[in-house]
Amino acid sequence: MSYPIHYRYTREHEWISVDDAIGTVGITDYAQGSLGDIVYVDLPRSGDAVTAGAVFGSVESVKAVSDLFSPVSGKVTAVNEELKNAPDKINEDPHGTWIIKVDLSNPAELDSLLDAGAYEAFIAEETGH
Amino acid sequence: MTTNDLPITQANQKVRPHPTQNEALLFEKSSPGKRAYKLPPLDVPAVDAKAMLGAAHRDTPGLLPEISEIEIIRHFTRLSTWNYAIDLGMYPLGSCTMKYNPRVNEFVSRIEGLAEAHPYRPESHAQGILEIIDLLQRCLLEITGMDAITLQPAAGAHGEFTGILLTRAWHESQGNPRGKILIPDSAHGTNPATAAICGYAVENIKSNSDGGIDLDALARQVDSETAALMLTNPSTLGVFESQIHKIADILHAKGALLYMDGANMNALVGKVRPGDFGVDVMHLNLHKTFSTPHGGGGPGSGPVACKAFLEPFLPTPVLVRKKGAKGRGAREAGGEGIESGALHWDYNRPHSVGRVRAFYGNTGMFIRALAYILANGPDGLRQTTEDAVLNANYIRSKLEDLYDLPYSTPSMHEAVFSDKRQLVHGVKTGDIAKRLIDYGFHPYTVSFPLIVHGALMIEPTESESLEELNLFIGAMRSIAREAEETPDLVKSAPHSTRVSRLDEVQAARQPVLRWRPAK
Repeated sequence: MSYPIHYRYTREHEWISVDDAIGTVGITDYAQGSLGDIVYVDLPRSGDAVTAGAVFGSVESVKAVSDLFSPVSGKVTAVNEELKNAPDKINEDPHGTWIIKVDLSNPAELDSLLDAGAYEAFIAEETGH
Repeated sequence: MTTNDLPITQANQKVRPHPTQNEALLFEKSSPGKRAYKLPPLDVPAVDAKAMLGAAHRDTPGLLPEISEIEIIRHFTRLSTWNYAIDLGMYPLGSCTMKYNPRVNEFVSRIEGLAEAHPYRPESHAQGILEIIDLLQRCLLEITGMDAITLQPAAGAHGEFTGILLTRAWHESQGNPRGKILIPDSAHGTNPATAAICGYAVENIKSNSDGGIDLDALARQVDSETAALMLTNPSTLGVFESQIHKIADILHAKGALLYMDGANMNALVGKVRPGDFGVDVMHLNLHKTFSTPHGGGGPGSGPVACKAFLEPFLPTPVLVRKKGAKGRGAREAGGEGIESGALHWDYNRPHSVGRVRAFYGNTGMFIRALAYILANGPDGLRQTTEDAVLNANYIRSKLEDLYDLPYSTPSMHEAVFSDKRQLVHGVKTGDIAKRLIDYGFHPYTVSFPLIVHGALMIEPTESESLEELNLFIGAMRSIAREAEETPDLVKSAPHSTRVSRLDEVQAARQPVLRWRPAK
């Protein structure tokens, strides 16, 4: 699967797409592939504050529970409630399934994230290791 | 492969061989009026239950199965034939230490006076069992090199919880409970869970290329908010942390404590003592290291040993010997109440974190663990450790040409491989594990530790003979060949069991936790 070029990526395998200072956050195809079938997503609440690099929730697969790290700081404006009953959406369409939307408090943080090319190089290095 | 020539109906299921035989739930076997008992005629005055119970009386009985005694016996006996157990063959679950449970343990724990000891028995009548508890405590302190101990915790994670409560209580007594606990990325999942439950933030430490702690990184991460480092030694990679004393020094210099997860203590007994290499508090798993039953509900037992400065905070009660004691006080105490030298539960512990379990812990496990320690003796325990390490390294050396070894650091009691070489044929660690069932072995631990992608974690323990190890190695080598030549055979395993691949995903997404009557 290709990595959308208008997204930005973390080294913890989240993606963010920003539109009008609202960031939409999900996990990458690589992340869902390594986790395997996702059975539960632990979501924050709308209105919660998130911090760049800090944990905002977790995803649970049959294999493991993995923390979700926020790519940016800000306030959660929406959470994808659909994932409570259908966490497998993330496996089916990782780059089209969002987890939270964040009102960015410091858009400059986006500059420290990876673009699609850098992220693909990063995961190539991880899998090659 | 099984053949199903007959249509599966209730009528023919019970004549098929056990490995393929289905077994209905007791609820499904129920038929009205069946009983497993017959009561004698009432020989006391009858009472009106409805009048006595009032609103609590129910008119319609609960939907419990009605079934005869032999059907119950056969039901559970049949189910037991589907089990795999250490008494049937090797159980190489890494990190779990599935040792043989020696029969002498079981014999001793069934001695009538011990098996039927009641926790409410007066102390003067319980001196025998208290002597057992006291002697076990002293043995465990000698083995760990620690100063004080509680046997209350019911299992490993409960021990961690207790140990971190002690840590927190001590920091509070110093004026600040502190806010975070450091945990390596190779840790058991229970470590971060324990820290969180005890109110601490968890900070991860990345393992270095040897799978150990990077001392420079650690020194940067330890600060005045660090309450403790929770460290498993040997680590979950089966690697001994040889810098452990330096790690302890780094922590202690900042007022932080070193907690040792004793899950892998079976690699150290009789060789090195945590108390001597700087550990402040640790737990032991009697159901791992000390051969009490593991799995099937155990029950477990997770004693916590600590240094003297943590002793005031131990859970109540603490076993103490009355003043003037010399030698064994039990017999002299007789039925005359507590006398000099007798053992006594001390509840007057103002700094204690409180009770962590009802009564005194899983006492039956104390008897078994002590039997194991005394039956082996110091030299036997040391030999046990050596054999466990030898067995793991034998497996490692016989498999490392076929299975990828992500860390080449010397192994202790377990060997961790990865499925890297089999993955090119589409065969993953979980597939190899399931194929192992067809060869008559319980699977190893799959996909743990998390720092190894596609981990195969193999712990033979000292229980296994050279012959059994060779059978296991033969099976693993054969599966490696199958993964290359006939990968689908491995990917669809197991083929010899009553059921094959259960739908784990569906079970996790939509668990059905109870039986409901058909509508």
